[in-house]
Amino acid sequence: MKINSVKIISLLFFVLSAFYLYTAHQIQVFSFDENAPFNAKTFPIYLGYAGMFFSGLKLVLPDQKPVEVDAKYLEFKKTTLLVLAVIFYGFTILKVGFFLSTSLFLVFSYYFLGERRWKLILIFSFPFVAIFMYLLHGVLQVYLRDPLLKYIGIMG
Amino acid sequence: MIEGILIGIKTALSFQNLLMVMIGCFAGTIIGMLPGLGPMTAIALMIPITYGFDPATGLILMAGVYYGAVFGGSTSSILINAPGVPGTVATSFDGYPMAQQGKAGKALAIAAYSSFAGGTIAAIFLLIAAPSLSKVSLSFRSPDYFGLMILGLTAVAAFSSKGNFLKAMMMCVFGLMLASVGQDTLSDIPRFTFNTMNLSDGISFVLVVMATFAMSEALTIILKGNDPTKAAKQISLTELGSIKLDKSETKKMVKTIPRSSILGFIVGVLPGAGATIASFLAYGMERNFVDEEEKQKFGKGSVQGLSAPETANNAACSGAFVPLLTLGIPGSGTTAVMLGALLGFGIQPGPRLYETNPEIFWSVIMSMYIGMVVLLILNLPLIPYIARILAVPRTFLIPMILFFSVTGIYLMSFNNFDIFLMIGIAVVATILRLYDFPMPPLILAFVLGGLMEENLRRSLLISDGSWSFLWDRPLTLCIMLVIISIVSWQMYSSFFKKKL
Repeated sequence: MKINSVKIISLLFFVLSAFYLYTAHQIQVFSFDENAPFNAKTFPIYLGYAGMFFSGLKLVLPDQKPVEVDAKYLEFKKTTLLVLAVIFYGFTILKVGFFLSTSLFLVFSYYFLGERRWKLILIFSFPFVAIFMYLLHGVLQVYLRDPLLKYIGIMG
Repeated sequence: MIEGILIGIKTALSFQNLLMVMIGCFAGTIIGMLPGLGPMTAIALMIPITYGFDPATGLILMAGVYYGAVFGGSTSSILINAPGVPGTVATSFDGYPMAQQGKAGKALAIAAYSSFAGGTIAAIFLLIAAPSLSKVSLSFRSPDYFGLMILGLTAVAAFSSKGNFLKAMMMCVFGLMLASVGQDTLSDIPRFTFNTMNLSDGISFVLVVMATFAMSEALTIILKGNDPTKAAKQISLTELGSIKLDKSETKKMVKTIPRSSILGFIVGVLPGAGATIASFLAYGMERNFVDEEEKQKFGKGSVQGLSAPETANNAACSGAFVPLLTLGIPGSGTTAVMLGALLGFGIQPGPRLYETNPEIFWSVIMSMYIGMVVLLILNLPLIPYIARILAVPRTFLIPMILFFSVTGIYLMSFNNFDIFLMIGIAVVATILRLYDFPMPPLILAFVLGGLMEENLRRSLLISDGSWSFLWDRPLTLCIMLVIISIVSWQMYSSFFKKKL
């Protein structure tokens, strides 16, 4: 059996299914439901076994269509940094507010991905977010939480 | 039925709904045109916007986006040989060679007319078939529904996996596992919540669909940024040529459209088959119908070779609504996304939908037809301008997708935990995509998870814990036999056929 990335993913899925199955067995059901034909843990238990079955088969059987991913063409660093930027954006969106955090996230992402036309960067960040907010909050009446704009007095 | 149709026409023709169809078609065309972004991503990005509308309007908007995205996918297939969706791969076989011959405008016009005709014919079929099937499906019992859901999952896994059936089945199980997080619907017992309140209501459907499609799509584009095989071959987007068709071309299309529409609709109704299979089958069928001279042109810019898959994929899109609206069981990843959105509105599609919510049932069917007209009259003249969207640099595209994804979740929950969970699922989905693990089975399983458990619960309680409910009723038995055939064939073709 040749070890490749797909086999490793299958192994991880097998472990996940086993953990899921263990956790499913730990679900506390009502005492009168314990011996019922179906209770809250029946379906998850079947799922745990199904996950182990399919990932087990994938592990054991030979790969008919091996996937070849050439790591030298993949931009891991750029992707990781962008994911970190999204995490930071997700962290600040509630604390700082929608307008400022979104606009800054967009400015950073455009620049980070290689955009250097500042006029376009600025148009598609602050004014764009303001219009988007107006459409959502003002026209469609979808509530947007923005402590900063509320503090300044722009939003009610 | 006539009364229902009239309600549907009235609802669909209201100013707001007409506007939504137009916006949906237009937005769908633009999103669908961008390589890598298909109807599922387009609909997922629209879900937060539909929160502000009533269910009928929301669904009409999503239906418009669906058709627009399929049409948009054809445009990128023809112009840059980069199908936005698998359903338009067959379109590029003859569409792209036509564009290379300087007939891009003509190819786009053939695609637009074929899409319109295919979609319209299929909408008429849907109008006739849906109420009849609704009546038939009233006789379905829990074991039949459970069997149908397994059939839907197996079929989607079989058809969307491109030979990776086990990977697709793993994704089905993963989707069902994600759906099982949260309180049990009947007993309210918490499951897999790890004592955190954030998971007690379960994982939101919008979160999963945004993570596995919109966000992971964006991350995949960045991750594969240097891959030379992904480089798009660009033709001039400003010189598209005439969009007028001559008599002989029209004559050829007149023969192709009816047969491809029928085939597309039937394939679309089947769970899991969808637009991709329909377009390939129609392409193959058309090749067998034409004369020897035309057959030689296939793959080099044949009118019929382009018209057949375009007609069939649009007809299949309408066909896919039949199981969704009449049984409440989506037959494809895209209709699964729409089912999730409907459930979010508090509407359970199924045999009684057209009695309980006739305005939704009929207005969606009517808006499909209106959507076709809008696509033809709005998009065709605008093609030379819309095509320039293909030149949108990814430096703007990626941040926009990420922004819409995070905003969608932020608007829904105002909770950091959901945003971080979405990012986590998106990262996992990106890695899985890299190794060809298909995402549509995961979404379909996630949407069906709750319904599947409910129907299994009822079936097992009725049969007192015995699994004999799987073969007690002839209908359930037939469904189970079909499932066994699909699984057996997949296992055989994956592991034995190639060795012989």
